[in-house]
Amino acid sequence: MTNAEPLHRVLGLTDEEAAKIESILGRRPNHLELAMYSVMWSEHCSYKSSKIHLRRLPSDGPHVLVGPGENAGVIDVGDGIAVAIRIESHNHPSAIEPYQGAATGVGGILRDIFTMGARPICLGDSLWFGSPDSPRARWITDGVISGISGYGNAVGVPTLCGETNFDSAYEGNPLVNVMCIGVLPTERLVLARATGTGNLAVLLGSTTGRDGIGGVSVLASAPLEDDDESAQKRPSVQVGDPFEEKRLIEACLELLDAGVVVGIQDLGGAGLTCATSETASRGGVGMDVDVSKVHLRQSGLEPFEVMISESQERMLAIITPDALNKLAEICNKWEVSYSVVGRVVPGNALRVTGPDGEVLAELPASSLADDAPVYNREIQVPAWYEARNFELGSRAPGVGDLGKEWLELMGLPGTGDKSWVYSQYDHQLFLNTVVGPGGDATVLKLKAPGLPKTDKGLAVSIDGNSRWCSLNPRLGAKLVVAESVLNLACAGATPKALVNCLNFGNPENPEVMWQLSETVDGLAEICNALKLPVVGGNVSLYNQSGTTDIPPTPVVATVGLINKLTHRPPGIGLVEGSTLYLLGNYDANVSGSRWAIDLHDYRGGALSEISLPAFSALAELVISLVRQRLVVSIHDISDGGMVTALSEMAIAGGVGFSIGGIQDSAELFSEGPGRVLIGILPQSSQSVVRMAGDLAVPVRELGYCEGDRLAIGGLMNISLGSVAEIWTRPS
Amino acid sequence: MQISVGVVVFPGSNCEYDVCEALELVGAIPRLVWHNESNLGDVRGLVIPGGFAHGDYLRPGAIAKFSRVMEAVIKFAKDGRPVLGICNGFQILTEAGLLPGALQKNAGLRFICRPELVSISTRDCVITSELAVGSMLSLPINHFEGNYTCDKATLDELLQDDRVVMRYEHNPNGSIDSIAAIANQSKNVVGMMPHPERACDDLLGSTHGLPIFRSLLEAAK
Repeated sequence: MTNAEPLHRVLGLTDEEAAKIESILGRRPNHLELAMYSVMWSEHCSYKSSKIHLRRLPSDGPHVLVGPGENAGVIDVGDGIAVAIRIESHNHPSAIEPYQGAATGVGGILRDIFTMGARPICLGDSLWFGSPDSPRARWITDGVISGISGYGNAVGVPTLCGETNFDSAYEGNPLVNVMCIGVLPTERLVLARATGTGNLAVLLGSTTGRDGIGGVSVLASAPLEDDDESAQKRPSVQVGDPFEEKRLIEACLELLDAGVVVGIQDLGGAGLTCATSETASRGGVGMDVDVSKVHLRQSGLEPFEVMISESQERMLAIITPDALNKLAEICNKWEVSYSVVGRVVPGNALRVTGPDGEVLAELPASSLADDAPVYNREIQVPAWYEARNFELGSRAPGVGDLGKEWLELMGLPGTGDKSWVYSQYDHQLFLNTVVGPGGDATVLKLKAPGLPKTDKGLAVSIDGNSRWCSLNPRLGAKLVVAESVLNLACAGATPKALVNCLNFGNPENPEVMWQLSETVDGLAEICNALKLPVVGGNVSLYNQSGTTDIPPTPVVATVGLINKLTHRPPGIGLVEGSTLYLLGNYDANVSGSRWAIDLHDYRGGALSEISLPAFSALAELVISLVRQRLVVSIHDISDGGMVTALSEMAIAGGVGFSIGGIQDSAELFSEGPGRVLIGILPQSSQSVVRMAGDLAVPVRELGYCEGDRLAIGGLMNISLGSVAEIWTRPS
Repeated sequence: MQISVGVVVFPGSNCEYDVCEALELVGAIPRLVWHNESNLGDVRGLVIPGGFAHGDYLRPGAIAKFSRVMEAVIKFAKDGRPVLGICNGFQILTEAGLLPGALQKNAGLRFICRPELVSISTRDCVITSELAVGSMLSLPINHFEGNYTCDKATLDELLQDDRVVMRYEHNPNGSIDSIAAIANQSKNVVGMMPHPERACDDLLGSTHGLPIFRSLLEAAK
């Protein structure tokens, strides 16, 4: 930064945005006011580039209690229980300070959940790193995983699902998307609203310091520059304290149970500015905030620093004045600091005052929260897109030595066993984990202290696939959702809600905006068809290293409901003596597959289309088969094709197979959508075939599960041991 | 007769409800005891559950030992009543001097959460009376600092007095002599790193932890 640069530009505001602020206020803003606008109008907080697209996503449903726009989406699952879900990115902080970036990502998503009155019971993550061969990517990978482990385990919320991907496209700009699910008795649902003139705004939790100043604007809403500049941004990464957060969770839930709180909001990006302006704006009131009352970590903080600091582990509670004693009692029990920093007032102004009552800033609360500019950025279809669309996979490579390529694929870091990642996360706390990480979907009991008793269970899946989305962002997004829904189905769960995290490059690049727009259309199309409401989301833009944008990487988390969770779902492991069947269409298209790209560097072709009615029928069939306990093993085919699915099934069950009827070995590597492998005992086969017929789902017998070899007709015969060995070998 | 068993809760503890659930399954009446209490009331046994008491600041258990409740816990133990420390609870018992040795960082310097096979080394303590010596259990571990260590003299004493309660089949963390659980001299205080409460439900995959809670309840009678 140079002295000649005007202040608004240093803070990340454009000249037009500065002019708009001046017209809202009818005067020039002072430094504090400008700082407040700069964080609230940042891409990260305001979604100014994506807003006009996100409106196309369906968010309604009879069971949706809270849709997008609040801290978390909330659905009613019956029996007096509601489920809150939210996903968010912490990409840039994790690029710069991997441990703290990931740790504070976890802390932030937890606060979004317990803000709603929900107890967090499940964390998940979608991680995208550069190649493990790169020392820098390794440093980021280890730091991020340690950060999630260090924070998540200590805060006492299990990390139950996720995915870890490696691709050199994320070398300088990793993606760290964290998801959290919470549960609450439906009547405890609270919203982040300030109401009731004279009510108090109380800041709870950690002291406020200089960490994270401008995190949302300078760091999250601009490209990461070269290393020297990254280093200069380092003070903007916050530092997490899981013990503070643990006490804050317990204190806030106890405050809510005691009925002390009118409204509550966490302090995340844009800190106190965001929490005060959003609660006031949503409640249609004004708020007076006295910065001198905020409990500080260090002396000498400027008012603008207090107002935009992103110090972690803080909440803003709106309470009636007579509830202050009760609040004090609960906070003292949990050793949580608090200070009364503001008061709800009539009107719509957010007024910041100093120690002597002098007014330091005064602006319409809603102008910060809701009046950020909305950009309809230029969209351009890339020239290559149309051309590649007509290739239909004709240039795709052929399969050579099947056994050799099979082992090569299973040895790739992206395909390999991920237990080295998830064994670092507590994935059993709360005794809800029926199926933990490593399978299709995580399955958990719906149980928490204070929650009504129920037999119902939840299934959760987090999915992304940038290889598919690079080839065709619209279709790729549909396939990602389909995979996620199929994962739930394999656990016998009906999909109930979806949240997404849209990770893209620089929105000022019209081709990136095309990717974003296409992705939203794809998501909307499949979610409409499946009647799956999108109850929340997050958009992370400016993900690029140097001038290279990351591939389009939408990540979705879906949550499904199991009506009676009284038995463990079949799981993926093969069972000796069972017969293997394939449900779904024949597909030998290898476009966008891991095999084509990672082993053959073939990046062209067109993805196979997905027929949504046929897919719905398949999902329905799978759910019925699992619920009626007609299958003994089940696994959907996705990343890594049938090769990966069959290998994982054999390794998990410790049983090999002998199958036939594969006309083209490309079918084994294809990642074509809507295909599921099932293992059936002889007595169930008639029912299964009949039920598939009733729903017009193609079903094909492949062969038997037996022995310790993986044998495919005359094409291949390798030992299960050799596959297991290469799959578990550390990358 | 209904036996009430206390579960001590520090700020940062997180397995307290899980332990309560397991205690209820074997017929005990669990009662949460807040770390600031000085009176244990009518409880006849105690569990110090896992978690991160006081954030594990300084060292796991190092601050917890100064909580007011610990005076009562020490007296309870000296009176011969059964006390079980699980994971962080084990760490707290060593810091409080109720058990010898210490738990250091895992040899691999990584947090580990996974089931481990453990073998029962003695029946002569408050958590294994319902089990046979040599029987194998699959119990989840979940720790960063579970590497049990002590000096040679202490180890000799533990071995001589039959106070090693459980050993890992495949030592996951570098513990001396593969130790997963030990008892005090009177065999009424036991610390174990594995989490038996996480193995009490078929739906979750294992019920190997139930005999441990049954034994504890028996000792509390």
